[in-house]
Amino acid sequence: MRALWAQLRAETWMTLRRGETLLVTVGIPVVFVVFFSRVHVLPTGRVPAVTFVVPGILALAVMSTAMVALGSATGFERGYGVLKRLGATPLRRDRLIAAKIATVVAVELVQAVVLVPVGLGLGWRPAGTAPVPQAVGLVLLATVAFGGLGLLLAGVLAPEVNLAVTNGLYLVLLLLGGMLVPLSKLPGGLAALSRALPAAALSSGLRAALGGGGPVPLESWVVLAIWAVAAPAAAAVSFRWE
Amino acid sequence: MPAVECSDLVVRYGETVAVDGVSLQADAGEVVAVLGPNGAGKTTTVEALEGYREPASGRLRVLGLDPRRDHRALVPQIGVMPQRGGVYPMLGPRRALELFASYYPDPAPTGELLQRLGLAAVARTPWRHLSGGEQQRLSLALALVGRPKVVFLDEPTAGVDPQGRAELRAVIAELAEHGTCVLLTTHELAEAERLADRIVILRAGQILAEGTAAELARLGSGPAVRFWSRPGLDTAALGAVLGATVTEDPPAAYRAEIAPTPEVTAAIAAWLAEHGADLVELRTTASLEEAYLALVGAEAELAEAGSPGPTRGRRR
Repeated sequence: MRALWAQLRAETWMTLRRGETLLVTVGIPVVFVVFFSRVHVLPTGRVPAVTFVVPGILALAVMSTAMVALGSATGFERGYGVLKRLGATPLRRDRLIAAKIATVVAVELVQAVVLVPVGLGLGWRPAGTAPVPQAVGLVLLATVAFGGLGLLLAGVLAPEVNLAVTNGLYLVLLLLGGMLVPLSKLPGGLAALSRALPAAALSSGLRAALGGGGPVPLESWVVLAIWAVAAPAAAAVSFRWE
Repeated sequence: MPAVECSDLVVRYGETVAVDGVSLQADAGEVVAVLGPNGAGKTTTVEALEGYREPASGRLRVLGLDPRRDHRALVPQIGVMPQRGGVYPMLGPRRALELFASYYPDPAPTGELLQRLGLAAVARTPWRHLSGGEQQRLSLALALVGRPKVVFLDEPTAGVDPQGRAELRAVIAELAEHGTCVLLTTHELAEAERLADRIVILRAGQILAEGTAAELARLGSGPAVRFWSRPGLDTAALGAVLGATVTEDPPAAYRAEIAPTPEVTAAIAAWLAEHGADLVELRTTASLEEAYLALVGAEAELAEAGSPGPTRGRRR
């Protein structure tokens, strides 16, 4: 337990001090929320922009932390031989993974503490029945799915390649994931593909949970659950520790 | 029971045989150096003992445990300093040591370790901003924080300046004094000679020779006296006096093919005095370097000397 706690503290400390991590996990989401709530360029129809933007950016925030921050840090730790060295210490592999998961959750809490008040300040009013439990459930599933994707890439690619691929994937999922651009604006084939991705499942799920537009579609839960099983499983099989 | 025991170890990477029938052992309180040119299998041997490599065959025991099967029981008792640091780049010595200390049941006090390894002044400097020598010392400190009974050090002095090397040597000697078994690798002969009680010379995955530096030196060419003076002395005349062949190669370095008796060294000194030549240095035993070159092959040593910078010796 002492090792797990120390590992969690060290990982969180490192994550929150990495400038590029803070930029992608907190900086960019805050800028997007403020900009797209105030500047009405998104085709949100009769829905206020902020109502559309905040759930989408919460989804982006989850993806930034669980996939980009976790994946790039783990890739570099692998490249620097840190993970290999830990293998010769009594720190057990399950403790290391538990510490990394807890670190992701801690950063997500920081994101929520920053983004939710910013959204409220911009006039966002979450609605619907039991928005918080549903949102938390979606976020947890998505965290596992995105974390699995991040580790899948980090476990096989060279660190610099992993960084590039992870950031590229982030951009693609940002555009195709319904976070800023409604899926209805995408061409038919692309929209169908997007619906199978965890990003769109999370953003539309959160929009339903927090926007009061009815219950979270079953499709969101199913797509996220499949990714949450498949991505970590693929990562566990393919991960090379050195 | 030896602290480290390795019998007939064979390790393959696909088709390549990296280690081919290596047997060695090391006892508590002993410093054993595995010496050899690049690609000799030094790191692979050590990594097999640490449990990183699956042996194709052979028997490995560290503190009586199998490095892979008994991994969980073994790791609290060993310290590993990998060739590349393997330290979180953002962590300074204090944070890194405190983190690693948390992994072990009875860690050494981190403040004391920082002092002992000369890291107190840079305790808060992130790893990536430390000098090469400081990085190596922190890496060693991380290997020691769990109070290990056996320590594996892969190229501990690579990229370290002479003063840093002296400090590392002092720490390693102290470890052995306190009964720790130290197994280290190096491709530098002088380091092996200074650091280790015993040297195992490896080449192309096989052991060429093993023993103390003095024992190994005797494996070199036959008895000889080597001395250094001014260049261009009359080697034929001196040879006639000694009743032995005397050669000069390179200039100013002489070698008399004769057993180094006190009479012979006295005769050489007297002859030099007669000819007004200074005696700069005289060695009556064969040097370890000569033995090493004879064993490993001069071309291997030359190839290494030509490779650039402190990264030499890294295998992956």
